Amino acid sequence: MSTPYREQFVALADREGRGGERPAWLVARRAEAMARFEALGFPTTKNEDWHYTSLSSLAGAAFEPMAAGSSLLTPADVSTYSFGASLPTIVFVNGRYSSALSTMHGPPDGVRVLRLASAVHEEPTLLERYLTRIASLDEHALTALNTAFLHDGVVLHIAAGTQVSTPIHILHISDRAAAGGVTHLRALIVVEPNAKAMVMEQYVGLGAEAYFNNAVTEVSVGDGATLNHYTLQRESEGAIHIGTIEVRQGRDSHYNAFSFSSGGALARSNVYTVLAGEGCGCTLNGLYMLDGTQHGDHQTRIEHAEPNCFSRELYKGILDGESHGVFNGKVYVHPVAQKTDGKQTNNTLLLSERAKIDTKPQLEIFADDVKCTHGATVGRIDEMALYYMKSRGIATDTARKLLTYAFAAEALETIEFAALRDGLERLTLERYAGVEAGA
Amino acid sequence: MSLLEIKDLSANAGDKEILRGITLSVNLGEVHAIMGPNGSGKSTLAQVLAGHPAYDVTSGSVTYDGQDLLDMDPEVRAQAGVFLAFQYPVEIPGVSNAYFLRSAYNEKRKAQGLDEVDPMDFLDIMEAKLKYVDLDASMLNRSVNAGFSGGEKKRNEILQLAVLEPKLAILDETDSGLDIDAMRTVADGVNKMRSAKRSFVIVTHYQRLLNYIVPDYVHVLANGRIVRSGGKELALELEEKGYDWLTEPAGARA
Repeated sequence: MSTPYREQFVALADREGRGGERPAWLVARRAEAMARFEALGFPTTKNEDWHYTSLSSLAGAAFEPMAAGSSLLTPADVSTYSFGASLPTIVFVNGRYSSALSTMHGPPDGVRVLRLASAVHEEPTLLERYLTRIASLDEHALTALNTAFLHDGVVLHIAAGTQVSTPIHILHISDRAAAGGVTHLRALIVVEPNAKAMVMEQYVGLGAEAYFNNAVTEVSVGDGATLNHYTLQRESEGAIHIGTIEVRQGRDSHYNAFSFSSGGALARSNVYTVLAGEGCGCTLNGLYMLDGTQHGDHQTRIEHAEPNCFSRELYKGILDGESHGVFNGKVYVHPVAQKTDGKQTNNTLLLSERAKIDTKPQLEIFADDVKCTHGATVGRIDEMALYYMKSRGIATDTARKLLTYAFAAEALETIEFAALRDGLERLTLERYAGVEAGA
Repeated sequence: MSLLEIKDLSANAGDKEILRGITLSVNLGEVHAIMGPNGSGKSTLAQVLAGHPAYDVTSGSVTYDGQDLLDMDPEVRAQAGVFLAFQYPVEIPGVSNAYFLRSAYNEKRKAQGLDEVDPMDFLDIMEAKLKYVDLDASMLNRSVNAGFSGGEKKRNEILQLAVLEPKLAILDETDSGLDIDAMRTVADGVNKMRSAKRSFVIVTHYQRLLNYIVPDYVHVLANGRIVRSGGKELALELEEKGYDWLTEPAGARA
């Protein structure tokens, strides 16, 4: 099968062949990934995991390697995406590292932030151990495609015992020159034992153009370590965004993810974690706000592979216009994973008659001593709450917006990093309540 | 002139007729108790006055402060000084009490042509009012009624009453579900709000609340009509005899 991606793959290999050496294992892994992608092809709606999300617009389009950014961006522009916090930030514009916009000086002690392109030379042992080892190619065509084109991105290494209380910010900006282009963004985050760190990965579109960002982030959370991982998807309204996060967790580790998404014409977020050490746990929360004809799909998979682990999940969605939301949360409990404690919730608020949600919680349990619950609600604004607020003198429109904000706030409250929590609350309040925050 | 003038008011919930011609006049500064058995329509009367969307007024009129109350939206009634303390206060997760109260307070000020108060000044106002109902300032940061105990919810209603300073306060079974201590706290809060410039309509099933909030008038509602009116001693009589002697029509026991 010859696809535009095969030609691009050959071109990338040629270019790199001239530019410098790549480790043999990586070259082999990429070739394997390309073959795997070609064997799988883009998933169709016959694939159970893609039943509600059609990629026909992606499969039918020929996205070219993304052109370099043309915007005159300044560090001040970048800081508007940091929610008022001063964060070590590594910036990519249209898939290309920007040293001018990145503020990589002084990451905290114990934290190393590297470009993937150079890390393959500087940290060969680390990369060979983790890179492409966590995100699986076998069933995931888009991960395979990303891996085939793996050439740059970010490597974060948090040394054992390090405690960091502000996030490292990875910011991907797509400007108007991104139109018609594709990038395969990659990140590797390794948190060594007993460390605690925060990472914020953000995708921002500056225009309204159609482009395709296919991102993969691999995460290893070592024994006794904690990672708070925030993902913000605010792509342009024409964009296709596929973001996959795969996590491997060690004994007594904690992985806390929050996924915020409001952008893209077609967006899919995958968060897959394996609870691979006894006594570990994860919290996967998220908020999606869609309008117009946006399609937003969130898929999570939590694999309980060891006993005495917990998982918590709260995804909330606000759908307006003719938007279409999808939530599919899988919890898989292995026979050995006794005393598993799992709870999953998906709540959707429909603001219009034509907005639509498909929600599918899935529990597959093969152990006999577990506690797992799941629940999904789909509703409109609570008329009693609306009346209660009106009976206190608050106008209908204000009350309706405030209740919409309140719906979102329950999820946002779970964000530990205060500047982000407050920032997203403000953003939500402005969007739905049209007032300055002050709640 | 009366503050509230209800004339021959009838109202339905869906197809079901609940109020069947209520006539009641409340002057400024008076406290009226509405008593009656379950299903008599007393809570419906309270909700119709506040503008609950589930009830349709089929006939009659309600004049409040010279205006046609039934023609006003619920929020306009509130801004004009009508307040209903709910029997079942609604939980609003995600909206803090402070934000909720300040929004309500400012809406009323805007309607009166006054400037809004900022969060810091509002906090000063709140501190005094919290003492009325023995609530801690920490409850301001909690979501409206979410996870509140029954007593906290009722005290929160009275706190809102104290903050919004209505001209007409309607209390719908504010004593239901409260133990005697909580009821006394709530009653104390209400008594502090009594004034010659404020009227109360107190809906209650039991007489006990009226030991603490002593009414000027007592009305008994049965089957959607006021069947008897009197002074505060009528409440004691009801406590003693129950409602049956008033509600059973002659010849019911065939």
